[in-house]
Formats: sequence, C-alpha cells, structure tokens
Amino acid sequence: MERTLIGRAIVAGSAEGTALVSKEPLSFWGGVCPRTGEIIDRRHELSGASVTGKVFVLPTGRGSSTSSATLMQSIKAGVAPAAIINLSVDPILALGSIVSDELYHQTVPIVILGQEDFSSIKQDDYLVVKPDGKVLVNAKRGK
Amino acid sequence: MAMRIVSRMAEVLDACELMDITQAHIDGCGLLSETGLEFAETLAAKGGKVCVPTTLNMGPLDLQNWKEFGIDEDFAGKAIRQAKAYTDMGCIPTWTCAPYQSYLTPRFGQQIAWGESNAICYANSVLGARTNRYADYMDICAAITGRVPKCGLHLRENRKGQVLLRLVDIPPALMQTNEFYVVLGHLLGTLAADRIAVIEGLAPDPSSDQLKAFCAAAASSGAVAIFHAIGVTPEASTFEQAFDGGEPEQVVEIGPAQLRKAHSELSTAAEGAKLDLVVLGCPHFSFDEFRELAHLIRAETQKGSAIDRRVRFVVISCQTSYALLQRGGFLDVLTGFGVEITLDTCVFHTPMVSQDTKVVMTNSGKCSYYAPGELGVEVAFGSMAQCVESAVKGKICREETIWKEL
Repeated sequence: MERTLIGRAIVAGSAEGTALVSKEPLSFWGGVCPRTGEIIDRRHELSGASVTGKVFVLPTGRGSSTSSATLMQSIKAGVAPAAIINLSVDPILALGSIVSDELYHQTVPIVILGQEDFSSIKQDDYLVVKPDGKVLVNAKRGK
Repeated sequence: MAMRIVSRMAEVLDACELMDITQAHIDGCGLLSETGLEFAETLAAKGGKVCVPTTLNMGPLDLQNWKEFGIDEDFAGKAIRQAKAYTDMGCIPTWTCAPYQSYLTPRFGQQIAWGESNAICYANSVLGARTNRYADYMDICAAITGRVPKCGLHLRENRKGQVLLRLVDIPPALMQTNEFYVVLGHLLGTLAADRIAVIEGLAPDPSSDQLKAFCAAAASSGAVAIFHAIGVTPEASTFEQAFDGGEPEQVVEIGPAQLRKAHSELSTAAEGAKLDLVVLGCPHFSFDEFRELAHLIRAETQKGSAIDRRVRFVVISCQTSYALLQRGGFLDVLTGFGVEITLDTCVFHTPMVSQDTKVVMTNSGKCSYYAPGELGVEVAFGSMAQCVESAVKGKICREETIWKEL
C-alpha cells in the first residue's frame, strides 16, 4: 500500500529506487568501495551488498572524516546510492553530497526521518524521494 | 563556492549563524583521489586563498624522497599537483598529523577549524582550543572563508563531561609507561563513542607524546573529539569544572582487567610470528621520540645485535622534527641500524607498503586499529623497546611485559 512519510531534506533532490536497509551505521571510508559501490566492511551486516542505485536507509554514518571524500568519489564513478535516508544528521555524508553538487552538479539527496517512519521502511520497498523531504513508500514507479 | 558550502552546512547542522575562526588545519590534502584533486585544483583556479593561518596535515607523498620509496610516477605526479593546489591557496606546508607539536600551536579558548581526528582531540582536550570534527573538504572551505557554523564544540555549553571513567588500582609504574596511554585511549574510545568522557585518577604530568598517543588511539576506536582528565587538561582542574557543576550520566570504573583486555584487543598477530615491518610515528614522530629510539638502538648495537635483514623498519615524521634530528647528533645511529625515515606522509596514504607484507608491529594505537583493514596485514602492538627487540629477533617478542603481571 502506498504511504507518504514526511522527512527533512538536508540535501534536496529527487530520486527513486529500492530500499537497502541497514540497522547499523556504516563508515563510507573503509566501508564502501568508491569504484564499485560494494559494501566492503567485512564486519557489517550488509557486507558484499551493493549501494549503487539503491535508496540507502541507515541510521547514520560512522567514524572517519574521510567518508565525505568516499561518497564524492562514488558519485563521480556513478556507483553511489540514488538517495540516503538517515535517522540522525551525519554532517560528513551531507558534506560529500554538497561538495559533489558544487563541483559536478550531481548530488545524492539526503533525507532525515523520525524514528517511527524510519523503522517502517522494509528491505526492498520501492521509495520515491521528493525535494521537499517527502518519501513515498511503494508508490507506482516513475510517479 | 567555499562560502556556499559553509552556509549549506550551517543549514544541515541547524546552526542559525556563522562565526569566525582564526586558524585552520587541513586534512583533505591527505588522501589522493581524482575528486579530491579536482576539488583542490578548482578552488585554487578560482583564486581561492586561505584567510587565516592554515597548516597542512600529512599528504599522500614524501615530497623529497618519494623515489627512494618506490612510489609510482603517475601517483607521485598527481600527489604533487594536489600539494601545489593547497600551497597555492596559501596553506603552510607543514605536512604533519601532529601540528600541535610543530608550528602555530593554538592557544586556550581559540576558535579554530581543524581536520585530522587525533589533532582535533588534542586541540580541544589538551590545549583547550575549540573545534568541531571537520570533514575532509569542509576544512579548506572554513580556511578560505574564515567562517564556520556556530554550533557544537565551539560553544562552551557543549564541552562539559558526560561520562566519568574512574581509574582504580592501576599500578603507578604502569601509569608511567607510554603504552598505558595508548591502551587507555583505545578503551576510552570504545566506551565513550561520541560522548564526552572525563578521566579521574590520571597522573598529573603526562608528556606531550603520551597525550598525542592517547588522542590518536581514542579518536580511532571512537568518534572522540574531546575528553577531559581531572587535574591534567585545562577545562578540568576540578570534578565540578569538568562536569560544569552537573553530574555524570554514567560512571565506569577502569581497573587492571579492563586495561589488559583493551591491550590484547590492539593486536591480531600471534606472539612469535615472523615480523615483516615495524612502523613508528603514527602520529608523526617528535624529536624526543627519535632520541628515545636512538637510545634503544644504541643499547642493542652495543650488545653487538643488529636488525634482522628480513625486517623493514620505518619511522614516519615531519620536516620540523627532522630538522631537529639532523642537529641532534644521532641520525647516523638510526640510519646505521637500518631505520628508514619518511617525511610528510603516512603508510596509509602513500603506496609504500609492499603486497607481501603480512605482519606489522607498532607502538601506535591508531596504526594498530587501522592497519588490518587498510593494509590487509596482521598487527602486533608493543612498546617502542619491544619493537626494536622484535626487529632484531625477526619475530614478535613481548615477553618481559608489565601487562602480563596485571
């Protein structure tokens, strides 16, 4: 059933894709391969999965301040997530997306959702992210 | 562009206004990537200039001696371009991850924008300067504009302690050792994560190098940007000051058992494993550390011992410490033993560690934490003396250790 969640767009943009849901945070540096989009943190629950083209739903980033550089590299290489949905603001990921916007006019939209809405998203739900921070869950594709 | 990035970040962080900073330290110059190079060259080509004194973290290349370390020419060419972009913008070519031991040390209460996790922790905690954890690329934008979002650790009310770590029954002899600071830092990062920890019971006179090692370990195992130590760090002369008149939300006792466990967590390599590489100087070696190393090496060579020829022994440092070393009268003791000194860079950012390196030994908590993932090696943590002894024997040797008696 189609639902609409109201979030806060911290990097505004339109995107859609299937949800890749992680319960744990992840550091992009040392966690995501910037050339392939594969999750390479071998201790992470999603190790081996690909973030490319997905709406990556994770509580927040973690650790390294070089994660901004990794996200930017993955955007340039065309292997970044379509969008990111977080529970709490990660300034490091936000920065990576903003700098990429300034440099290449390419962003990964980032939306913050409240706990209840955040937890309601299931693996492989189809998500449409709107520039105003709305997230449509299981909407018709291309809507 | 820099100003747009700073103000967009203020929106992200919900900061209502920007504020001035008077010094910056850039970490974004460290990693070499196509996008990072393009970003730096774009800012430089637009005429970007830093407007506050700005130091540089270690870079991806030993700018003078890279050929001796077998670095690929294409990599070196790009690294030199990236370095030039930053110095063209007016950054000071310090190329060090221990800027607080090098040049332009910030003063108490000074508002600064620093990158590099260990330096952020040292500046906030040991010096009492004020910085948030600035991400790569945000740091140079802050340096160019002289402005940052007014929030977080720039504001006094956000700097008070949250968790109390009480040291209990720690032998005084152990507290004198350098490894104690590494192990305690590693443990603090694990326990505190991103909360502000206050340590009670630390000896009142740690050296700058011990606090450097502590900060590096804490900021690796946790997102630690600041800690306080009662009677040691400047915002914690008393318990009341450390918690700003309030109470800790959690109290954790740290005794010998916790320290022993944290000590063993720092190593993945087994005792007696064949040693390939010793890495010292993470963060960058100071003059005092060079002197201590020379003293240990002299003791071995006087016994007639020499380094095992299969072991490579690398020390990472910066030009400032090296200049002092050249005048210290014992550089030949180090090089004679087979110590390779690389400057301006780091084993994680320059491709100098060969593929067949399997076991690394270090006295650094930060290097211990990152080496298995970043370099794909097994790592053994030990004191500087144990690193020298192991290099002589060609295998990991940590037999005479105070840690086993805990």
